[in-house]
Amino acid sequence: MINSQKPLLDVKNLRKYFPVRSGPLRRVSAHVKAVDDVSFDVKQGEILGLVGESGCGKSTIARVLIRLIDPDAGEIHFQDMDVVKASGREMKALRRRMQIVFQDPWASLNPRMNIQDAIAFNLLAHQFPKKDALEKVWEGLDNVGLNPAQFGLRYPHELSGGQRQRVNIARALVLDPQLLLLDEPVSSLDKSIQAQVLNLLGELREALGLTYIFISHDLHVVGYLSDRVAVMYLGKVVELAETNELYNKPLHPYTQALLGSVPTMNPHQRSTQPPLTGDPPSPIAPPSGCRFRTRCKHAMEVCAQVEPPLQEAEAGRLVACHLYGEGEHANASESSPAGAGDESLG
Amino acid sequence: MSEEIREEAQVRSRVLEGLDLPKPMAYWHQVWWRFRKDKIGLASAGIIVIVVLLSVLAPWISPYAMDYGPVSNRLANPFSEGHILGTDEQGRDMVTRLLHGGRNSLIAGVVPVFIAFTIGTLLGIIAGFAGSNLNTLIMRIVDIFYAFPAILLAIAIAGALGPGLSNTLIALSVVYTPRVIRIAESVTVQAKGFDFVEAARASGASDIHIIRSHILPNVLSPVLVYNSTLVSISILAAAGLGFLGLGIAAPHAEWGRMLNDLRQSIYVNTWVPILPGVAIFITAMAFNLVSDAVRDAMDVRL
Repeated sequence: MINSQKPLLDVKNLRKYFPVRSGPLRRVSAHVKAVDDVSFDVKQGEILGLVGESGCGKSTIARVLIRLIDPDAGEIHFQDMDVVKASGREMKALRRRMQIVFQDPWASLNPRMNIQDAIAFNLLAHQFPKKDALEKVWEGLDNVGLNPAQFGLRYPHELSGGQRQRVNIARALVLDPQLLLLDEPVSSLDKSIQAQVLNLLGELREALGLTYIFISHDLHVVGYLSDRVAVMYLGKVVELAETNELYNKPLHPYTQALLGSVPTMNPHQRSTQPPLTGDPPSPIAPPSGCRFRTRCKHAMEVCAQVEPPLQEAEAGRLVACHLYGEGEHANASESSPAGAGDESLG
Repeated sequence: MSEEIREEAQVRSRVLEGLDLPKPMAYWHQVWWRFRKDKIGLASAGIIVIVVLLSVLAPWISPYAMDYGPVSNRLANPFSEGHILGTDEQGRDMVTRLLHGGRNSLIAGVVPVFIAFTIGTLLGIIAGFAGSNLNTLIMRIVDIFYAFPAILLAIAIAGALGPGLSNTLIALSVVYTPRVIRIAESVTVQAKGFDFVEAARASGASDIHIIRSHILPNVLSPVLVYNSTLVSISILAAAGLGFLGLGIAAPHAEWGRMLNDLRQSIYVNTWVPILPGVAIFITAMAFNLVSDAVRDAMDVRL
């Protein structure tokens, strides 16, 4: 499924710091390092999962990718287009090809606009001929499993959360984009509805040949659809690997801790690892060296001094951890905790 | 693979085309449809129409000339001979005075509010949507106006421009516009933060398109409600200016001015001085109720 052609989306060294203003003159006193030097790529037809605790910069990445927020540094290439340097006109063309679905289905639809108009809005924003718009809207509603005759004229408050999220997906897809950014699309839905929406997303991807960036804090949800998963911690990608490999054999201690904290019904599969304690440190003043070291049980001296680069630990697996580094730290990987993941997820 | 699904969707939507579907009602059509069901709002709208008609037709339907009145017959009770609502402190017929007064009062009540509504909403949305420097510029200017009490500011402006109805209108417009700007700005800033506005931006829609479809409908209802309360305040403020000699000049009638003039006579005749107050009350109340009804009708959730 994943072909080795030029990636659809290529992100290099992306950085976004939000200024923190304080004092009577509202001077910039510090920065929240929401996204700090993040690089990844997404191939045509692939689903890249982006997982991490709240506040780790997942949503910021989605908003930066579609330029709702401008990045401070870094490069984003979407096919042949430079997203960061795109002019207003280019950005408009780009947004036809790249769309976003937000987390909160209650806030993401205008309460004063009926479903049909809400979806048609996106078409009309791109000067789509009015007479054809309605048919396109109906087609879109049909695609997400909503009967257009039944739902087209309803208002958002008459719909359930799952139905609203379907409308949001239909709205994002009505312009026939290639890449869909899904920012926690199912996080605010019931478990049973989550499954329906996830299946719908899977079907749509197959049917329309879409590429997704799937953002969630829920490992189950991310693992269900994604081909590859990037784990984020405090604005950094700490591990990036194919889904199966990552779930079966997590390398980074943070990934292991995350997987260990996933509740399971099977007592034999329960994690023997102690769960991760405490909150992530403030992204305003992240720890020196490795950002995870304050909560990492394998923390070494080097972790406080040197920031581990995201590098290939095994074929196709990127990890940012000194346990898997080369040279003098290589011996550390013998006491590698890699087995812990095997136990916990069998 | 995707081609097949697309084709199927095409076919399916063609099937749908054949179905007899309800035609989408235009937004304002729906608002009117909901407004019609609100009996109180409808009755209030009727009152406003009647008041406006009576005022417009005042010169033709008044029983006496606007400034005719023998002083010998002053402060006659209502239902006295020839004067259904009695006479004022100069013996002028109250029906005539109230009808003529309605013209000026309605103009003084509605025109400044309309000007404030138009300019205030526009500037408020611009300030709220643009943010940063433009917002600071507009809102700090608004703050300057806020530093003066409303009526003092109106007196100062009217005093500088000189007496007369048009100067009263200008003075009151200047007083009310900053208030509307502030409300429109705060609602716009709030609406701008909603995900659906973000989604609209992400869809590539232009700012004007977003403002028209997403911001304006959400800003309009709180602004409309505020403006409707301003109508009655504006009628009274115009009366206050008239009292100070900055409003409408003497022989001309105006409800607020009539109220002020008759105030001293309230111990001589209780009923006549109440009448202009009743006229102001009914008109102001009708405006408030209509605006409540319009706000409810504009809210699709109700």
